Amino acid sequence: MSALHIKKGASKHSAYNLRPTFSDVIERHTLAVLVENEPGVLARVIGLFSGRGYNIDSLTVAEVDHTGHRSRITIVTTGTPQVIEQIKAQLGRIVPVHEVHDLTVDGASVERELAILKVVGQGDKRVEALRLADIFRANVVDSTLSSFIFEITGAPEKIDAFADLMRPLGLTEVARTGVAALLRGD
Amino acid sequence: MTREMTGAKMVVQALKDQGVDTVFGYPGGAVLPIYDEIFLQNDIRHILVRHEQGAVHAAEGYARSTGKPGVVLVTSGPGATNAVTGLTDALLDSIPIVVLTGQVPTFLIGSDAFQEADTVGITRPCTKHNWLVKDPDSLSATIHEAFHVATAGRPGPVLIDIPKDVQFATGHYERPNPSTSHYHPKLKGDLEEITELVAAMETAKRPVFYTGGGVINSGPGASQLLRELVDATGFPITSTLMGLGAYPASGSNWLGMLGMHGLYEANMAMHDCDLMIAIGARFDDRITGRTDAFSPKSKKAHIDIDPSSINKIIRIDIPIVGDVGHVLEDILKIWKSRGRKTNAQAVAGWQEQISKWRAVNCLSYKGSEKTIKPQYALQRLEELTKKYDRYITTEVGQHQMWAAQFLNFDEPNRWMTSGGLGTMGYGFPASIGAQIAHPDALVINVAGEASWLMNMQELGTAAQFRLPVKQFILNNERLGMVRQWQELLHGSRYSHSWSEALPDFVKLAEAFGAKGILCSDPADLDDAIMEMITYDGPVLFDCLVEKHENCFPMIPSGKAHNEMLLGEAETQGVIDTQGAALV
Ligand SMILES: Cc1ncc(C[n+]2csc(CCOP(=O)(O)OP(=O)(O)O)c2C)c(N)n1
Ligand SMILES: [Mg+2]
Repeated sequence: MSALHIKKGASKHSAYNLRPTFSDVIERHTLAVLVENEPGVLARVIGLFSGRGYNIDSLTVAEVDHTGHRSRITIVTTGTPQVIEQIKAQLGRIVPVHEVHDLTVDGASVERELAILKVVGQGDKRVEALRLADIFRANVVDSTLSSFIFEITGAPEKIDAFADLMRPLGLTEVARTGVAALLRGD
Repeated sequence: MTREMTGAKMVVQALKDQGVDTVFGYPGGAVLPIYDEIFLQNDIRHILVRHEQGAVHAAEGYARSTGKPGVVLVTSGPGATNAVTGLTDALLDSIPIVVLTGQVPTFLIGSDAFQEADTVGITRPCTKHNWLVKDPDSLSATIHEAFHVATAGRPGPVLIDIPKDVQFATGHYERPNPSTSHYHPKLKGDLEEITELVAAMETAKRPVFYTGGGVINSGPGASQLLRELVDATGFPITSTLMGLGAYPASGSNWLGMLGMHGLYEANMAMHDCDLMIAIGARFDDRITGRTDAFSPKSKKAHIDIDPSSINKIIRIDIPIVGDVGHVLEDILKIWKSRGRKTNAQAVAGWQEQISKWRAVNCLSYKGSEKTIKPQYALQRLEELTKKYDRYITTEVGQHQMWAAQFLNFDEPNRWMTSGGLGTMGYGFPASIGAQIAHPDALVINVAGEASWLMNMQELGTAAQFRLPVKQFILNNERLGMVRQWQELLHGSRYSHSWSEALPDFVKLAEAFGAKGILCSDPADLDDAIMEMITYDGPVLFDCLVEKHENCFPMIPSGKAHNEMLLGEAETQGVIDTQGAALV
């Protein structure tokens, strides 16, 4: 058993909704997939998405329970409600997958992503970059006379907005972790 | 309880503890230690095939005719890659297969060693699950888990890749203990959903049962319960290609197979029903035709052990996740406790409508005195073999569809055909697997000449093990099904759908020490079939049939159930370009 005691069906909903609404509207869902941390498990999940033509907007994975050997894969995906249900059901079929949670329908959730961005420039642009970083609560984690590396955490949209502002100020490189997400409350 | 032994010994011990009596395999460098252990024992019989694809299909034939998992042992590299088609076939048809592959020693993995292939990588998408075992202490538990995963829930093929050094190393052997597995799919259906279905059954005016391979996979008990339910309600029942035999073809409510080459009455009943009860069937495109015109007036219930099958293709009103046998038991219980109600009057009217469709006699064909019509050959085969303890396998093509239409199955596990993948070359090795499992039965592979050649090397296996399998080849000297599509969709431009340079099948049989029979005259057919049945040994029956016969009825691609073609006269220009783009 998992030492973290992650509750089975941490939501009140079951993993799959067998009576989904049918519509053509493309929705964005964040899924949390708890898996046995065994070799190849990430390849199985990614292979499912590529093999069946589903979208991956973002994917993060790490072992979250070392004694229970559980990893948590957070996937942000898009599709019609029917496709989203199909994705969850297909994930549930993978033998080392223990639980599938749809954080988008299970209740309010918190989503965070970390990014580091390199901004190269001098003079006014450099000052402006620092000023904006302050507003976005981004930290300077490295600097040279002609560059900064900023670290920023937040919802993916906030990082998008920050990167957009940095572009005219000399943004040269971005590295993002992808989304980590948890359901609010107990 | 654990014991010390080598990895190779553990493999054999684990198979014994899993009740395995037969392994289909082919040796090579990376599995020599396991072959050595097989040599040293007598409990498990090893059937040496002639190609690893044949081993997997033979294991499928064994599994489908017994309900037990089929077991395969092959070497690394080419041995493993040759098994890929069989694994994919078993995955699409949900057949429990356990494949053991040898692998190069752990210290050589990743070095492009001789006969190294990334077997777990290659087979990840074509297995239900697979494992590379690097630690001898976990080998036995992994094998036991593999058997559990292959057979629990929706069955499927699994693969265990065992490096050679792990086969030589010593470790702890553990006995099977399924309770250690976390994999336990839900068997019981939700009672609220089941009650909703029963309520719908009580009032339905035009109900139909639509059943599939899931009923067979659920075991003979499920077929028994299905019969009880169908006969008690008096609702008509149709089945997919995969589900034939779950309800007897001689049963009074039987509509025949549905789908692309299904019966007119079955497809019309599906199109016009007001309650569809899908049981262990997955709304494959060969069944639904055009999905937006599929059974437009019905409420649809779907019973399936795999939640991903529900709402995948067709929108379902009453979803029931569970094992067919368990759910049918609950349906019967609840339906009986609520007073065994049906809308009998309306259902009688529905049955009357169905009789009118049946009277169309959709399987009729133009007979001939001069040439053997393939349909006629199968009608005679049915007539002359039906009282035998009979198992039928098929290859893929027109002959397969005609076999499904003209042969009747009154029991489950008697009919084995490649449904999902449509694998030419499946039938012959599958017949070998079925014959191994049922040595005294009459096992017949209904084949096309082109398909049969795809795994003809297995004639060596049949001869070596004196397996009296009957290869009933409907030889039209054509890739018949391809030719039919070219006629209907590509202006009769028969691009490469010839079977050119065919062997003399009689001589070919004799070259392997089997019997060959050639028949081309309808007047000789009965005697020739009897000669085939009564011969004690493998027979290659070369039945020369009409070359340009088309298989009807047919729902052309991109059309709905009620737009099916019944015969030649209707075929001109019916398939539009949109339909032609579909497969
Ligand atoms: C391995 C494989 N390759 C190609 C096909 C495509 N295909 C489907 S039916 C068919 C022709 C089969 O010919 P034959 O076995 O003679 O049967 P017939 O249709 O003539 O009865 C072909 C080539 C297939 N199903 N499987
Ligand atoms: Mg042919």
